[in-house]
Amino acid sequence: MSLPDGWEMVIGLEVHTELQTKTKLFCGCANAFGADANSQVCPVCLGLPGSLPVLNEQAVELAMAIGFALHCSVAPSTFHRKNYFYPDMPKDYQISQYDLPINSNGYLDLPDGSRVTIERAHLEEDTGKSTHLGGSGRIHGADRSLVDYNRSGVPLVEIVSGPDMRSAAQARAYAAELRGILIATGASDGRLEEGSMRFDANVSVRRPGAPLGTRCEIKNLNSLRSLQRAIDYEAARHVAILEDGGKIRQETRHWSEDLGETSTMRTKEEADDYRYFLEPDLVELSPSIEWQDRVRAALPPMPAERRATLLTIVSEPTSAQRDAVGVIVDLQLDRFVLDAVAQGADAALAIARTSNEIAAGIDSLANLSLDSFVTTLQLEASGSLSATQAKTVLAEVLATGGDPVAIAAARGFEQLASDTLSDLVASLVEAHPDEWHRFREGDEKLAQFFIGQVMKATKGQANGKAVIAELNARR
Amino acid sequence: MTSAHDIAARVAAGSSATTEVETSLAAISQRNAELNVFLYVDEEGARAAAHQVDERIARGEKLPLAGVPVALKDNLCTEGIPTTCSSKILEGWRPPYTATVVERLLAAGAIPMGKTNLDEFAMGSSTENSAFGPTLNPLDPRRVPGGSSGGSAAAIAAGMTPISLGSDTGGSIRQPAALCGVVGIKPTYGLVSRYGVIAFASSLDQVGPFAANVADAALTLEVIAGHDRMDSTSLPETSPSLVAHLKDGVAGRRVGYVKELVDGSDPDVAAAVAAAVEVLRAQGATIVEMSIPELQLGLSAYYLIAPAEASSNLARYDGVRFGLRVDGDDVAGMNEATRTAGFGAEVKRRIMLGTYALSAGYFDAYYGQALKVRTLTINAFQKAYADVDFLIGATTPSVAFPFGSKTKDPMAMYLNDVFTIPSNLAGDPAVSVPFGRGEANLPIGVQLLGPGRSEAGLLAAAQVLEDAERAR
Ligand SMILES: [Zn+2]
Repeated sequence: MSLPDGWEMVIGLEVHTELQTKTKLFCGCANAFGADANSQVCPVCLGLPGSLPVLNEQAVELAMAIGFALHCSVAPSTFHRKNYFYPDMPKDYQISQYDLPINSNGYLDLPDGSRVTIERAHLEEDTGKSTHLGGSGRIHGADRSLVDYNRSGVPLVEIVSGPDMRSAAQARAYAAELRGILIATGASDGRLEEGSMRFDANVSVRRPGAPLGTRCEIKNLNSLRSLQRAIDYEAARHVAILEDGGKIRQETRHWSEDLGETSTMRTKEEADDYRYFLEPDLVELSPSIEWQDRVRAALPPMPAERRATLLTIVSEPTSAQRDAVGVIVDLQLDRFVLDAVAQGADAALAIARTSNEIAAGIDSLANLSLDSFVTTLQLEASGSLSATQAKTVLAEVLATGGDPVAIAAARGFEQLASDTLSDLVASLVEAHPDEWHRFREGDEKLAQFFIGQVMKATKGQANGKAVIAELNARR
Repeated sequence: MTSAHDIAARVAAGSSATTEVETSLAAISQRNAELNVFLYVDEEGARAAAHQVDERIARGEKLPLAGVPVALKDNLCTEGIPTTCSSKILEGWRPPYTATVVERLLAAGAIPMGKTNLDEFAMGSSTENSAFGPTLNPLDPRRVPGGSSGGSAAAIAAGMTPISLGSDTGGSIRQPAALCGVVGIKPTYGLVSRYGVIAFASSLDQVGPFAANVADAALTLEVIAGHDRMDSTSLPETSPSLVAHLKDGVAGRRVGYVKELVDGSDPDVAAAVAAAVEVLRAQGATIVEMSIPELQLGLSAYYLIAPAEASSNLARYDGVRFGLRVDGDDVAGMNEATRTAGFGAEVKRRIMLGTYALSAGYFDAYYGQALKVRTLTINAFQKAYADVDFLIGATTPSVAFPFGSKTKDPMAMYLNDVFTIPSNLAGDPAVSVPFGRGEANLPIGVQLLGPGRSEAGLLAAAQVLEDAERAR
């Protein structure tokens, strides 16, 4: 979706990601999703009187890894208390980094070549999780509220971008690329559906070149789709108000996935005064240069680099292949493809089949050995299997874990004998004299027409390359 | 009462710890109803602990505080035992864990007898702010024992236990020690773990011992001090050696006699400090009269920093998870009703002060300014310690004052801490040791202040004063 002519969106994202540490940020409780309510708690993460926080080194390490992956500088940092009352926040303050974050001043390059600046990526603790019973399911009007503190104190890194994005699609691409980076660093499992990543979007609109407009913050978006839809909705809402001669009120808004619209959560006037001050129970965090170097050296290749590596196996990549490579890296299948090619699989086929058939059957990936994959691709490349047959075989290997040669045999996937194909092509040439004439005059597109006819007649049992060879032989 | 050293020696030699526990229980039952020292006496727990100590001694364990009864200020978490901070908001709460300092006492063979009264959340200087009634000064029950650790000081003065623990945020160990005629130590910030110590003002709070004599206080501090990985502000080193240095004396030491740590005190107090100075001089110390004007700024900085931190530390008493809950129409209503009913007037006053000091638009003028004054105080002390080894002054401006004499005017009460607050701001150690008597023959506390981790030297000087006092 795009805005009416003469308007430009300005978007900045705040992304919260839970870190995949063994324990919570300030205590020894397990950091794991899905346990019984209030089973992973202790005096510290329940904020009991007298308890004190002790910083988790693994969380610091993962935060630094994120920082380095985003080209940030790591500096000595401090923790502050952000004070406000809420039942799912046990101490009624959140320990967060404020004026001195661990990571600052980085950037992230998107696949389309655009660059988004990263203002900061700081550490903070998560809150518990409230469930409101009765009423609308939100705290106001609920009959009862239940709180699960298992999530309380889970380490988060909040990554704040500059207001650099100009479309919802770009914001989505940024979020997707960031997700890939977080997974690559090992900092996050990237499971949006479990709340491992949450997005807050700051959205405003303006006339191109004009100063920034008044922004609204949409809180707690938890899927890429919601993110894109909410931003589009919000920007259109701003334009409609402004074109009507109205003014945008700076506020925090809530996105309803069902209604497909945003609504006011609180206005700027209602915003809490968080009374930030330096957390006296923690000391300055200054990771040594040696520690920083160790973390930096241990960083695996990031998605952009992995896409580039994968693209080197095809000589002149098409745009479809570029997209396919993006899908493959997203699915962490790039190593698989490179290994298949190293074992003799055709690169273009490996990319195509991985980004389509394997991506579709990703949940049963365990059924597909590298050998089976390579064998299937080789059968296809040699003409023993048609493309359609190869796809069917792959799908069945994924579903059952069976042997591709045995599956092809069981299904009777034997290529048409070449004289059968030759007879068929001869009859088709006779039946379509105009097309044959144009093909002979050099219109190569007509080859696809004849392949289509052959496939129709053979129910996909023929090999496209063999058809072209047959056509060329008659030219 | 027998000293902790003597009790530990005879229990180690085979005398039963149960005898010590029964002696302590008898002393408690004799005067607790009158004095309101203990909010909770753990008779069963103490007797069970005594049996365990006897067994450990029989197994050959070396326990520095074997069988020594100890009283715990009721802001130290004790698993399964009520811990109230003398506040209705925590009435009936039994913590699921035990403070590190209490664990260390137990490991050393000490026997917790129960929990002592304090000013609610340690906010006060007379123990009159307790939700469970004031503690009376055992030396004169018409007068306050000081505060906020009034119960723990009174436990020693009444002979109920030979040692006790308090906490000192702006003088809450030293001031009641002075008013009850006992020894009190406020250690270097970070020397003693704060894990399980219910926070008043985190950057100022420090746990320390009371005892009837310097040696017992030193021994108790040795037991509770040293690094604790549960407290991020805990200093990295192990516990210092203190008892071994008690006879080091003061010969050759340079002592700053600080005008601002005496000015404004009653004549009897000033005279006692002057006499103490002469004792140190006679024992070979060089006395340097000095002025540190910055110390006078401490009080106002303290009454911004401490309430600011308290406003945040006390936010968790919201009725959601533990302690008192008073229902309301919604969550905010419940929070408000709970806090209105649960906190006393002084606590509310400080929460409001602190909230205001941290608020947007006021932060720089109040909290920010107070932090600058804190830095000035630290620098002023550092400058002084470049010239002298430690400082001497009064602990309090007067001897124990009568009940009600300062409750109408919070400022008059706050002024009681004017000499003790600077050490908390600087994070430095200080000791109050009884020296001389004043009005109505009540004890006077002399305060010795030193740079970070100078406890051994301070206690050696305190020992000199104690010896001189005994010889008089
Ligand atoms: Zn925990």
